Amino acid sequence: MERLTGSPASPGTVFGPAARMSAPPALPERWDHVDDAPTELARAVAALIAVSEDLRRRAEPLSGEARDILEVQSAMAADPAIEDGVREAVEAGSPAAWALRDSFDAQIEKLAAIGGYLAERTTDLADLRDRAIASVLGLAPPGLPVSDKPYVLVSGDLAPADTVTLDASLVLAIVTEKGGPTSHTAIVARALGIPAVVACAAAAGLADGDEVLVDGTAGTVVRDPDAELVAEVARQTELAREELARHSGPGSTKDGHPVKLLLNVGGAGAVAADAEGVGLFRTEFLFLDRVEAPTVEEQRAAYGKVFAEFGGRPVVIRTLDAGADKPVPFANADDEPNPALGVRGYRVGVRNPELLAAQLEAIALATGDHDAQVQVMAPMIATPAEAAAFARVARAAGISRVGVMIEIPAAAVLADAILAEVDFVSIGTNDLSQYTFAADRMLGELGFLLDPWQPALLHLVSGIAAAGARAGKPVGICGEAASDPGLAPVFAGMGITSLSMSAPAVPAVRAALRGRTLAECQALAAEALKSS
Amino acid sequence: MVSAKVVVGSKVGLHARPARLLVEAAGKQPVRVLIGRDGGKPVPADSILAVMSLGVGGGEEVVVSADGEGAERALEAITALLAEDLDA
Repeated sequence: MERLTGSPASPGTVFGPAARMSAPPALPERWDHVDDAPTELARAVAALIAVSEDLRRRAEPLSGEARDILEVQSAMAADPAIEDGVREAVEAGSPAAWALRDSFDAQIEKLAAIGGYLAERTTDLADLRDRAIASVLGLAPPGLPVSDKPYVLVSGDLAPADTVTLDASLVLAIVTEKGGPTSHTAIVARALGIPAVVACAAAAGLADGDEVLVDGTAGTVVRDPDAELVAEVARQTELAREELARHSGPGSTKDGHPVKLLLNVGGAGAVAADAEGVGLFRTEFLFLDRVEAPTVEEQRAAYGKVFAEFGGRPVVIRTLDAGADKPVPFANADDEPNPALGVRGYRVGVRNPELLAAQLEAIALATGDHDAQVQVMAPMIATPAEAAAFARVARAAGISRVGVMIEIPAAAVLADAILAEVDFVSIGTNDLSQYTFAADRMLGELGFLLDPWQPALLHLVSGIAAAGARAGKPVGICGEAASDPGLAPVFAGMGITSLSMSAPAVPAVRAALRGRTLAECQALAAEALKSS
Repeated sequence: MVSAKVVVGSKVGLHARPARLLVEAAGKQPVRVLIGRDGGKPVPADSILAVMSLGVGGGEEVVVSADGEGAERALEAITALLAEDLDA
């Protein structure tokens, strides 16, 4: 039995066999000149066909964007330009594997030089290159393990492309060596309800088939646990499941103080579930990976799908939050030295007023089409003047309830003045942490600073909640901290009026709130603020 | 050699799904089909990398050309496809 520690990234405990993500094959720098070019070409082409067909097969059961991504990748592997490059290289004496590398690398360089959307496709080509080389060398393809039995996924880190095809019915848990609690991996794992431990450097020592017990709540991984421990954990999990199943309906404390439980949704296909509405409807899905902005009609239809799903309930839709890790070529393809501190969020809308106007118009039209209680909010507001400007254009577009996100310490400090301009605010704890602690969300090494229990962050949240109480306006949280059952009573005690999270997190947060009276929550909040 | 002009019907232009469908159809033709902007350098229509590199947007006009036996029918098939909204 060996105990490894990392950062808790998605709650839950499971036991199962580890399966590693295969690393891309490494080619030795030197190789022997080969004379039989036709044979090498045939080997390389066979590998390209195998890779292309494998991707096409994997695309078949999927739909929507995930399917498109794989099908385009499959077509890239079959591109005659790749074969042409391979032919040239084998005729110059390169063996198949090196010829593939050179041909792909030449195409990668070309796309990178064009920039924008095409530069982003270079990761797809690099993935194809690694798959084709692995195929020629007779190695396992890099990427997710091929298995029909459930496994614990172990990897250095997960690329967004890997998560597209991640099968939640096969992946019992995720353990990564890098990454932080607000990294892409952690967010995806929570959205899928898969337990996860990230920033677990010792996971590098885990091998395929190792039996592991993953505790995503505590952030630990136990290799070869004894039977007693496994049985105890199974019993605890069963008890926890029974406890969660006892509660349903609106969120409230034991003595009935309401705290709305809302969902974070990222596009059409959201399931209404047992929640009171939507606290954060992200609209980026319509804009990313496109060369032109979607039309008003297209946006109206897409927003309408979610409004229809949540008929009669509140839906808070956020205007485009592009920038930093979410580039949108037609709005902000700038090469900034510090994109997290650059033109992103609401600032993209200021630079492109027509983009924001079209989005607000589409939201207003879709609101008229359905009976959801639609509210709109802007991301990344820094000053009361920005809040006022956004409220003005949103109200002029015909939207009656307007709010802003507080994700920048400057806005948290002036919460009273911000609330004077809008009907509600919502706190994005991930970015608020990042900017308060000057710590990049993607850096696992700084994960401790991004812990939502950090007293400085809690002080800012508490200050905003108090400003909301003074103004008689709602203050919600829609960052990852809202899905932490340990923090839910603390937030309720501070006066936060709603918590918005991914659907799988709702039952545990609801149960945590029902377990305490408002007075107990207030005492917890005071305690959390005192610690330092 | 025959050539024709056509306005791209897909709103997103020639990338992702529309590009893939074009490349697939072009690969099935008995002759090599080229595509490009008017006055620009044409690229093979069966290469997704080349087609995406053109960066053609929705509503833009492109020139399609082909040479050899069956070129006219190939041209008809490809221009009809391009005029459709392949992203719908």
